[in-house]
Amino acid sequence: MARIQLDLATHLVRLDSETDFAGWRDAARRLATNDIAPEDIAWQVVLEDDFRGDDLPTAKPEARLVVPRDFVERAETVICHCDPERFGLLYRLLWRLRSEPKLLSIASDPDIRRLEAMEKAVGRDIHKMRAFVRFRKIGEGEDDRYVAWFEPEHFIVERNADFFARRYTGMRWTILTPHASADWDGERLAIGPGAGKRDAPAEDDAETLWRTYFENIFNPARLKVKAMQKEMPKKYWRNLPEASLIPDLIAGADKAASAMIARMPSTPAPHHAKVQAKHWPTPAPADANESDGAETIPELRALAKGCHRCPLWRDATQTVFGEGPESADVIFVGEQPGDQEDLAGKPFVGPAGKVFDAILDDAAIDRRKVYVTNAVKHFKFEPRGKRRIHSKPNAGEIQACRWWLDKELDLIEPNLVVALGATAAQSLLGKAVPITKMRGEVVEREDGLRVFLTIHPSFILRIREPEDKEAERERFLDDMRKVKELMAA
Amino acid sequence: MTALSLREKLAILSDAAKYDASCASSGSAKRDSLKSGGIGSTEGSGICHSYAPDGRCISLLKILLTNFCIYDCSYCINRSSSNVRRARFSVDDVVQLTMDFYRRNYIEGLFLSSGVIRSPDETMGEMVEVARRLRIEEKFGGYIHLKTIPEASAGLIEMAGLYADRLSINVELPTDEGVKKLAPEKKPETIRLSMAKLRRKIEEKAEPTLQSRKRERFAPGGQSTQMIVGADRMSDDGILRASARLYGSYHLRRVYYSAFSPIPDSSSSLPLQRPPLMREHRLYQADWLMRFYGFSQPEILAGSADGMLDLAIDPKLAWALRNRGRFPVDVNRAEREALLRVPGLGTKVIDRIIETRRYRRLRLEDVGRICHSVAKLRPFIIAEGWSPGALTDKAGLRQVITGSCEQLSLF
Repeated sequence: MARIQLDLATHLVRLDSETDFAGWRDAARRLATNDIAPEDIAWQVVLEDDFRGDDLPTAKPEARLVVPRDFVERAETVICHCDPERFGLLYRLLWRLRSEPKLLSIASDPDIRRLEAMEKAVGRDIHKMRAFVRFRKIGEGEDDRYVAWFEPEHFIVERNADFFARRYTGMRWTILTPHASADWDGERLAIGPGAGKRDAPAEDDAETLWRTYFENIFNPARLKVKAMQKEMPKKYWRNLPEASLIPDLIAGADKAASAMIARMPSTPAPHHAKVQAKHWPTPAPADANESDGAETIPELRALAKGCHRCPLWRDATQTVFGEGPESADVIFVGEQPGDQEDLAGKPFVGPAGKVFDAILDDAAIDRRKVYVTNAVKHFKFEPRGKRRIHSKPNAGEIQACRWWLDKELDLIEPNLVVALGATAAQSLLGKAVPITKMRGEVVEREDGLRVFLTIHPSFILRIREPEDKEAERERFLDDMRKVKELMAA
Repeated sequence: MTALSLREKLAILSDAAKYDASCASSGSAKRDSLKSGGIGSTEGSGICHSYAPDGRCISLLKILLTNFCIYDCSYCINRSSSNVRRARFSVDDVVQLTMDFYRRNYIEGLFLSSGVIRSPDETMGEMVEVARRLRIEEKFGGYIHLKTIPEASAGLIEMAGLYADRLSINVELPTDEGVKKLAPEKKPETIRLSMAKLRRKIEEKAEPTLQSRKRERFAPGGQSTQMIVGADRMSDDGILRASARLYGSYHLRRVYYSAFSPIPDSSSSLPLQRPPLMREHRLYQADWLMRFYGFSQPEILAGSADGMLDLAIDPKLAWALRNRGRFPVDVNRAEREALLRVPGLGTKVIDRIIETRRYRRLRLEDVGRICHSVAKLRPFIIAEGWSPGALTDKAGLRQVITGSCEQLSLF
């Protein structure tokens, strides 16, 4: 607890320790509610327990002191800073908050800048302690424990000790620093007084391995000493077992890198020919593009895997080929696979596919008995962050992929094809047709194949108005019922 | 051949792993050891426990299980034709090293990769066994990143995802042609399929199960990949295009760019030169513009002559200089999206500006206090009492900015 002693000119606040937040808060409350201005207060940390006098003004209960909760949390961090002026700064902020309740949001205010700078410094020190503490093991088996010597810049041991307890729960450890120590016995955390470097063990066998790792993970061709020192300032080096290697690694880097560049490529290692013969006996098969002669749908699907007939394969994951029995009476042709289809390698498995399935079900069409495919078999899209925005395939891409669709039609010989949307219609009829106008119609191709025209089910998904959506779904269901009748015919 | 000591193996198998740029130990689920009584925690942001003189952080114990490999990828030190010394860790070795290093607070966890020996499943199986031993037998709660072998079986990938925080598959080069040329045995199409499978698995497991209503654990730190920069002739625009595709298609947490570094016993088909470190740095900056600054990939280099990022200035400044019609931006009024385009303003600074301007109008010196330096952004903003006037469209603006930034860095 803090003790406050009135002085002639100023109020002197004595705090119990460098991190005596409770004491600071108690004193600040008393002083602020008595309207004592920041410039009339001096703050001091007194570690010896001599003065007991408590002649501070008592807090005025009627003078309410309201501060943002955020301020309390931030003050708890800043109190760990080593700057002796932190107590005064925090009080000044408290003082100003009474008339400027939004002060903490004014990033351009000099006091706030200082608060943030201190906060940042403490946060960084906490982070660096988590990074650069190096435990050394003493004892073996049941008696082993891990001890570290660390020199933080600020008073952060208490604030940081929980982290080490959460991380090293299953071992006994002690962290010694000049100001305080933290000890975990496997169950309880204890904060004790400061210590000296000699209180910690001087070595640990594992450090040889750690230094070996440090030396070998370093790439001499990428020397960037400044970048290293920015993140690992020299002040930390004296307690890092690997740091003594740094000067030699830097000095030798140029030579090592030049040697790597200068060394002429050598002849392949002796075992290489054997490995090649055993694991890679035949050269990769030539592009399957033009190889014709597939006699079944699975053969055709296998050929289509390597399709490079248009550039869409470059960005897509895989060819999404048609699916269904070769004996199907009807083929449904969509536009192209979407995000989900591209990942799964199957047509109509995404959101539009679910709508399609549900409506087929309502129309009593068994999807397992029909063949479902797309006019274009690779997904065309534009990446937008974590999403892929569908792009419409162009005439060239539709034309290129028609090669596969024609083969599918040849092998299955359906008595009806359903064109779902404009792209499918264009592919099947060889020209663009107005789908909304001709929907529900059957067009007979020159080769006698009947093509039923309707919309793509994704159109239903895009309608926002629930009533319109339902109406469109009904229309599509009607279309599917017609299809069902035509299938039988 | 005499048996190698643990130290010799460590030297060989960490040297063999150093060309992989990935180091992150962040982005996983929060966990600690208080309940398990074990060792290890992950708390969101990763910790870099040391830095090598190459400026790269050392966060994870990054090693190969073995550098024996049946592949012959010309950019890789471990390719089968390389004369590098070979070694192989046992599962015990890796578990022991990880625990010994972790207990002394040297590392955040393990990043285990491997050359492929005999079969993909055999190699992947051993890697998964390391992870299993660490999690189950050692009650290890630290970070585990496993490199995934694309051809490994689905069951092994499932187990890998159960024990690891992050899984990754390297695409290595931005185009399939590049892979086929430099890594003839690798199959780009299989790599894509594996990434697609991982994304589906991660999404599937992110949904609570019907019975337990709990999420099953599967790679909570997501998946990542690496591309080598400068081993083939691909432009920066082409590399970024590949990244945008990978982020969009497979929801990667990160794409790492690794400047191609000369390797000992190099193949003659590759450039023998210093790694293009500045190029690598600019690619990371451009990657950030796509992920955090609302830039679409095509606009980053739209209007540039050769599709290459400017090495002398950062990509946002280069973009702003090419698109001056969109400036100046009023810091007291502009939307967040417009502020994100201003050179020199980072996301955190923008948050502070938006917070502050609710209560007072910002002057140029106020902005300077929030973001340390206004040299870069003066020509691009309007503030209370400040307008850049003709400065924004001045012909020599690039030199004005680079000149004043250099002076500042002299302090």
